[in-house]
Amino acid sequence: MAKITNQQVLDKLSAKFGDKLSAPTEPFNFLTVDMEAAIVNEALAFLKNDAELRFNYLTDITAVHYPGLEKELCVVYHLHSLYNNIRIRIKAYVPLANPAIATATNLWEGANWMERETYDYFGIQFVGHPNLVRILNVDDMTVFPMRREYQLEDPNRVDKKDFFFGR
Amino acid sequence: MSNFITEITPNRPVYVDNDPQNELTTLNLGPTHPATHGVFQNVLQMDGERIVSGVSTIGYIHRAFEKIAEHRPFYQITTLTDRMNYCSSPINNMGWHMTVEKLLGIETPKRVDYLRVIVMELSRITDHLICNGILGVDTGAFSGFLYLMEEREHVYEIFEEICGARLTTNIGRIGGFERDFNDIAFAKLNKFLEKFPPVLKEFEQLFNRNRIFIERTSGVAAVDPETALNYSWSGPILRATGVDYDVRVNEPYSSYQDFDFEIPVGTAGDVYDRFIVRNEEMWQSLRIIEQALEKLKKEPKGVFHADVPEFYLPPKEQVYNNMEALIYHFKIVMGEIDTPKTEVYHAVEGGNGELGFYLINDGGRTPYRLHFRRPSFINYQMYAPMSSGMLLSDAIINMSSLNIIAGELDA
Repeated sequence: MAKITNQQVLDKLSAKFGDKLSAPTEPFNFLTVDMEAAIVNEALAFLKNDAELRFNYLTDITAVHYPGLEKELCVVYHLHSLYNNIRIRIKAYVPLANPAIATATNLWEGANWMERETYDYFGIQFVGHPNLVRILNVDDMTVFPMRREYQLEDPNRVDKKDFFFGR
Repeated sequence: MSNFITEITPNRPVYVDNDPQNELTTLNLGPTHPATHGVFQNVLQMDGERIVSGVSTIGYIHRAFEKIAEHRPFYQITTLTDRMNYCSSPINNMGWHMTVEKLLGIETPKRVDYLRVIVMELSRITDHLICNGILGVDTGAFSGFLYLMEEREHVYEIFEEICGARLTTNIGRIGGFERDFNDIAFAKLNKFLEKFPPVLKEFEQLFNRNRIFIERTSGVAAVDPETALNYSWSGPILRATGVDYDVRVNEPYSSYQDFDFEIPVGTAGDVYDRFIVRNEEMWQSLRIIEQALEKLKKEPKGVFHADVPEFYLPPKEQVYNNMEALIYHFKIVMGEIDTPKTEVYHAVEGGNGELGFYLINDGGRTPYRLHFRRPSFINYQMYAPMSSGMLLSDAIINMSSLNIIAGELDA
């Protein structure tokens, strides 16, 4: 299995970025670190290029919308070190008014479509992306449909409301 | 009157005829072209037979699965996963079930794991059969495809015996299977294990050392491992470049660690290597199925699901006659069972790469957020860039060998 432990990864990250990290957790042994959006690109580059960690594989980029938080949108990166067989999840929160974060296309070509999909769904502005346009939805769409305020079905339909299910 | 592209916006090519000196031809390959198996559009600029540049347009069958998943209880999401990579839907189904089991902390019995391994490896075989068969068709050899389609039919008959469905299987449940494999299923499986190897061998004899096939595929669309990793490729096409990354080995799920099998890798990363890697994976899958059948003999009979009454629906006759079962039935269907508020990422080795499920749960009836890491989507983005400089006919077989499934690409 993994050749290095989550703690080793976290120690190296903390030594480099210190107080810009927060709330490291390990749900199901999957190291998850929150960090400031401003340093994400630097941190990704560090994780990728560090001679020991070598997180060389970008598994996925996506986002989550948490209405009510001060910074509502959360960009989630999943990285994988194929050398050490260990994964890390990085989260960065950005405000809804200005959902900007640096692109990862300078590190991985594969980030291109992942970021386009995330933009298409949530409207995250990946600064420096070569071609940030919609990918799955039609160009004419005016909203970012994965945000929580957009209901899937007819909002007048009540038979699936949670209060019918005891919640 | 000629139409030239002078400017391409990625999703909508703009045709402007203000450059009559431009001698390139614009070709719309797709979205419904008989040579691209699925809904794929590529707007190509052609210099004769050679592609100068291309732009992929995707999303024609986007069905917003991630949005739908936020409004469905866990057990209803299985049917969404069916419709992603429909060539190997059992792998998607079980990948999703295992994600939920990981979230809920359900330990499945070994027998369930081995039954799952059998089904997943069978569907890997069907997936690779289609891909390699179609690759043969695209290079001009139709008969191999027909031989393989017959065998795929036999696998589908096994699925039919296990779950009643063939293509979009909805196979298994959270915690195991909805019923045990019957004797007919095992008989059909044994017959398949007996009949399939000679067919696969014949298929290999038709292709592997066939000079026309080799000249047609060898060196076409070769990708080096660095580029493949840079584009986050996974699955057989990554292994064809020489990177031995397979989720079944790196992070074993469903007791894959109990099995003895090899990960075939290529060297050149071209269409020929991808073909050979897939063929070899089918042999390995057969090996795994045989071992699983052997291991099943040592497991207690009749165990086909984990003992988790909170999540696994009780049998119908008990629901009618037993109060406890009725309560559980009601609670499961209505989604009244508390689930942990946490997040989980689970990956399985799908037919064409790492299929990941990123599930954020807030304890409600439905996932707060569910993201599918779809290998087709991520593998396909190199297609247009790598087509530059390629012959059109090579680009066609390149697409076949990437095994992009439109349902998974667009989700």
